[in-house]
Formats: sequence, structure tokens, C-alpha cells
Amino acid sequence: MSETVDLKAKLGLDVFKPVGQPHIKIKAGKEKDPRLKPAVRLCPAGLYSKGENDEVTLATVDGCLECGTCLLACGTEVLDWTYPEGGTGVQFRFG
Amino acid sequence: MDKFDVIIVGAGLAGLGAAYSLAGSGLEVLILERGDYPGAKNLTGGRLYVNPVRDLFPGLFEKAPLERFITSEGLTLMAKERSVSFSYSGSELRDEPHQSYSILRAKFDRWLAGQVEEKGIMLLPKTRVENVIKDNGKISGVLAGGDELRADVVIACDGALSLLSEKADLRSPASPQNSALGIKEVITLDSGVINDRFNLDGNEGLAHLFVGEVTHGKFGGGFLYTNRESLSLGIVIGIEDAMADEVLSEVPVLLEEFKKRPEIATLIRGGSITEYSAHVIPEGGFKALGKLYGNGILVAGDAAGLALNIGFTVRGMEYALASGYFAAQAVLKAKEAGNFNTETLSIYRNLLEESFVLQDLRNFQETPAVVSNPRYFNHYPELIGDLMKDIYAVPSGPKERIYTTIRKYLTLRELWAMFMDMREVMKI
Repeated sequence: MSETVDLKAKLGLDVFKPVGQPHIKIKAGKEKDPRLKPAVRLCPAGLYSKGENDEVTLATVDGCLECGTCLLACGTEVLDWTYPEGGTGVQFRFG
Repeated sequence: MDKFDVIIVGAGLAGLGAAYSLAGSGLEVLILERGDYPGAKNLTGGRLYVNPVRDLFPGLFEKAPLERFITSEGLTLMAKERSVSFSYSGSELRDEPHQSYSILRAKFDRWLAGQVEEKGIMLLPKTRVENVIKDNGKISGVLAGGDELRADVVIACDGALSLLSEKADLRSPASPQNSALGIKEVITLDSGVINDRFNLDGNEGLAHLFVGEVTHGKFGGGFLYTNRESLSLGIVIGIEDAMADEVLSEVPVLLEEFKKRPEIATLIRGGSITEYSAHVIPEGGFKALGKLYGNGILVAGDAAGLALNIGFTVRGMEYALASGYFAAQAVLKAKEAGNFNTETLSIYRNLLEESFVLQDLRNFQETPAVVSNPRYFNHYPELIGDLMKDIYAVPSGPKERIYTTIRKYLTLRELWAMFMDMREVMKI
């Protein structure tokens, strides 16, 4: 994510309940799949990043806003995607 | 294992609207909600238009924790270096009952859930529904947190992605073409400052939309709503459009750029961000609707794709509340008939067709195609901005005649292109 946005600080304002098992995973062997690329620019929490040799990584789901944009943009062939377990993840206080 | 009459998945406006309407019917109703509390996962820009749903929920909105009643409407065409704004205010917007209110969903939904629970409806938060249970082709309950919960009928109100109606084979997965991403900040500001800054009195409120450079010419735009003691500021961008442009800034950067615009920076000055949020919005309208009912199941709200963006007004919440209401009526009719099969539940579709819900979506079915015309998001803001620049400019030498100035921008080619765009607008 560009230096212009301090997303960590912004996400730090939100209330999150720890997610047990990560609810989103890049499918094994799909890290270089071009279908993952849009997630890097679209994820509002900046959770996806592109490393060397075009490999997309999702280091953590902490900070996930559960919008579903990556699911729509990348699809289920490259992502395992569910909502986090009940009572975990982001809890909006204003919404 | 207990069996319920009705299981509602999702305590958003559709789910709570359905539950509220079923209260007192004697039916045993269970609402399942994956958040810590109702509203914890819910988001709006946003504003609720009360007129279409006032009679469906008598007396409800008078006591509801709404934010401000909107008395000032506005639209800004935002070019790269300039912007042209239009604002509307009318006495009818100040008259009671008020047409629309800004709203914060965590607050509102939690309150509405309280009203529903007071009426004897059971609500189970912190419970994620994983799947539907099917017996001989009929949906007969849901799988939630590893437990099988059974009911005569399930109402899927699980939001824009609606994984549940997908699993029930009622719809295909939400698509990038028919969905937008909305991201928002809630910015706390003293109510007096809000009133002075936006020229509001008491609990009056403002709603303002921005199109153009906000999304770098992509489908979408910016929004600003005043709440009692905060502003809701954010952007919406079409997912397919955003995917297609590989040089487009990251979405969080677009919001930051929007906030730094001089037109916006002064409006949020001194405010502090208290929440950052994101949500997907259905944009496909009537043509993208999936099946609204099946054997033992109904779909309502965003899950059914019931949202409508016609440029000046963006709506979804009243369709959610109303579809919840009509889902409840369909369930009551089915109970009377003694079965919950596809044919009996088809009354739901009829009720929606007779109401503003599907009449609006049908009447505006061409809107998604019309409002996604890229010229609205790049060409017109720049064109009109440039025209205004020359009209207001006083050069060091003699000033050009107004008509000459106008014709410089509105060439025959331009007028023809405008005419063609207008022909599209005539469809809506």
C-alpha cells in the first residue's frame, strides 16, 4: 500500500474480535495466478500485497472488513473464502 | 432438536423487518446473526428514505434513533482541477413527516433488534450460518455453528454476497459487473460545528454526492452525509471498472485523495476519524435479480439484490425493510395454506410486484446501463468544469463573448454526443 495512507492507523480505530482460523486463504499453488492481482488494489484494508515475481500474498486477515470485494474480484478458483466465525472479526460501532 | 416456524438469517434491515412483521403472529421465529450484536456487520452510506416504508411499520420511525432529517441535497461534478456543484433545498424537505434521514446502522439495527426481541422474537447473535439443510428438495433449515436448526421456512437476509441463496441454488454468485465497493469513514465533529459549516438548523441534515475525479472517471463517486455528531464520508466504485484499470490507484488511496480535495478538506477540518468501514453494494438492478423464493425459502434485502442507484438517489435500505415485511406476509399466507412449497411462497414475488419494491426496480431497469456511461464520470465533469472556468475568468485582455465561449465547448460534435446520451436517459 502506498505511503500516502496510514491504513494500519485507520484500521486501528475499528473494533476487531480475533479470528481463529483465517477465513480467507489463497489456494495452494495459485499465488501467481493473475486473477489475484485486482485484490492488491481493491482490498480496502490493503491486506493483499504483490511481492517479487508477481506472487500475491495475504499475510494476515487481521483488519479484514469482510466486504467480499476480493471474493468477487478474484473468485473461488483462487480463494477459499468464508465469513469469519460468529462473534469474531470486525464489529462496527457506527456502521 | 427444536423446530422453528421461521428461521431468519441475518439481523439487518430485511431480517429485522421480517421479524418485526411476524411478531405477535404466534409463529416461533429465530433470527441468526453472525455479528457480536445486530448491526455489527452492517453498513450504509447513508440515508434511509422513510416515505415508502412508513405505513408498513406504523409508529416505528417516530421513536427510532435516526440521525438528521435531510433538508439539503447536492451533487458535485468533480473535475481534476475544478468542480461544479448543484444543490437543492425545498420547504417540503423541512416539513414533517420528513422524507429521509441520515442513519448509522450499528446504532439503528441494534435498536430495531431490541424492539423485535421485546415482541418475543428470539435472536441469536455470534452465530454464523454455514449452509442450508435440504430434505427431498425442500429447504428445511440451516446449519449454523455445527448445529442443525430446522424450520418450515428460511428467510435469507444475509446481505449482498448472500452465500446462502447461492447454496440454495436461487442465485449465481454476486458478480463484479453488478457490484460496487463502498468504503467510508465516520468523522466525529461537534454538532454545532456541523450546523454552522453546512448551514443547517437544529437537526436538519445534508446529503451530497460527488462524481468524476473521485473515482478517476470510473463508475461510482463520493458521498457525504451529516449525522448528529459526525460526518459519513466515503466513496463507491464499480468493482469491474476498478479491476479493469491496472494503473488505477489503490482504493484506500482514492478515498485519501478525495479527502485532500480543497472542496472536501475544509468540510472535514478539525474532525477525527472514529471508524473505517467497507461493504459491497448490489448495482445490477432488476435485470440482475435472482430467484426471490424457492421450496421452503425466501430471499430479501441486499441478498435478493434489491437496491437501486439512479444517480441522484441511491437506495437500498427501504427495499430491505419492505421486502422483509412482504416476506413476513408471504410466510403468514403460507402458514394459513399449510405448506411452504415454491408455489405457495410465490405470493412473495406477487406482493413485491404490487409494491414500490419491484415497481421501482422494473421502472428503472435500464438505469444500471445508463448510469454506467463512462462519459458521466470523466467527460462531463471536465467539460462543464472547463466551461465554467472560462465563464468566470476575467483575462488581462478583452473577455470573450459568452456565446463564443459556450460554443467553444459545446461544438456540434459535442452536442450530438450529448443528444445520444440523452436518448439513453429517456429509457429511464
